[in-house]
Amino acid sequence: MSSSDFRASNGRGRVDKRSASATRVKADALRLSTLRGFICAGSVLCFPLLPAGSHAAEFGEVQTGKSAITFAYKQMNVPMEGKFNRFSARLAFDPEKIRAAHARIEVELASIDTGFSESDDEVGGKLWFNTKAFPVAQFVSSGVKALGGNRYEALGKLSIKGRSLDVSAPFTFRQEGAVAVFEGTFHLKRLDYGIGEGIWSDLATVANEVQIRFHIVAAAATPGK
Amino acid sequence: MTPAIIRYTATAIALHWVTALLLIVTFPLGVYMHGLALSPFKLQLVSYHKWIGVTVLLLTVARLAWRVKHVPPPLPETVPLWQQRAAQGLHLLLFVLLLVIPVSGWLMSSAKGVPVVYLGLVQLPDLVGKDKALGDTLQEVHEALNFGLLALAGMHVAAALKHHFLDKDTTLLRMLPFGSRR
Repeated sequence: MSSSDFRASNGRGRVDKRSASATRVKADALRLSTLRGFICAGSVLCFPLLPAGSHAAEFGEVQTGKSAITFAYKQMNVPMEGKFNRFSARLAFDPEKIRAAHARIEVELASIDTGFSESDDEVGGKLWFNTKAFPVAQFVSSGVKALGGNRYEALGKLSIKGRSLDVSAPFTFRQEGAVAVFEGTFHLKRLDYGIGEGIWSDLATVANEVQIRFHIVAAAATPGK
Repeated sequence: MTPAIIRYTATAIALHWVTALLLIVTFPLGVYMHGLALSPFKLQLVSYHKWIGVTVLLLTVARLAWRVKHVPPPLPETVPLWQQRAAQGLHLLLFVLLLVIPVSGWLMSSAKGVPVVYLGLVQLPDLVGKDKALGDTLQEVHEALNFGLLALAGMHVAAALKHHFLDKDTTLLRMLPFGSRR
């Protein structure tokens, strides 16, 4: 449903100079730790050493198995949680070049797991996601802002059920060995997208506000790719 | 002249009848909502059922606290000893169920991953982690205990009515805020 991302198109990804230089310093540090991480961190995480002098790693190989898109909402004021089991993400993020960062995330809405099979069936129906007509929720980035430190904000369009709305999602970026973890949260109002119409539009039963959380793990893109 | 009826205190009488009223509402509510298809109405009913259950639990704790400080008014001397013992045993079982049944519902809510938020205001802590199989088992336990309560409450009511209408003694009057010897 949404997430990290950045394509600095048309100057929309404006970056404040101070945080940009801070980011650069951080990126240098990251480059060193990345190099260390690349010297075979384990059986699976084997990456070629980057040639000296190449720019900091660009993270783009999303590991969906280690990533998660979850959501939280209130039902009769009871906090509830769920997740989407299937989604795909394409992204490119280099902390040194966030103006070039971009992301596209697609969530297969029928893969929803509310914890109740009856609810899973219900939200696939016309009043909710109408997954037959609109199987996918999509986030396409338009830019990313550096907020200082390891904090960023992804801007873009979130499209669900035929409606596209601007969203912004603050997230953190951190490097763990050879992979980067993008983690963030944003809120949407379900009725803005017509999610839960008719009898379900009663907000006293199922609240309008839905919190979307994302945890995207991506490995460095193969150099030169 | 017949001696005055020794009744339960007003507090005990109120707690008893409010509990009875809540059980009369929430038992059929539980059976009814269970059979409904998912809808906002069902979600509301489930919440109300939980709130009533928590209220019964709180009232039962209050009644047990009352018991600690008070001696219930004695049964009429005309009631045979075996019946007095049976009544005591039945009351004990009813109290146990009035504690255990709401707790079984609370456990079931925790296991199913839908915490209890009392009156939509106070979130009760989850007693167990989310576990679908455990949730389904607890649902069966909750149901079975409730039908056990229905049977015992039926005996309780039948005995009270038998004493009032057939034996014409003061057994039931002790728990009524009004009424006199017939």
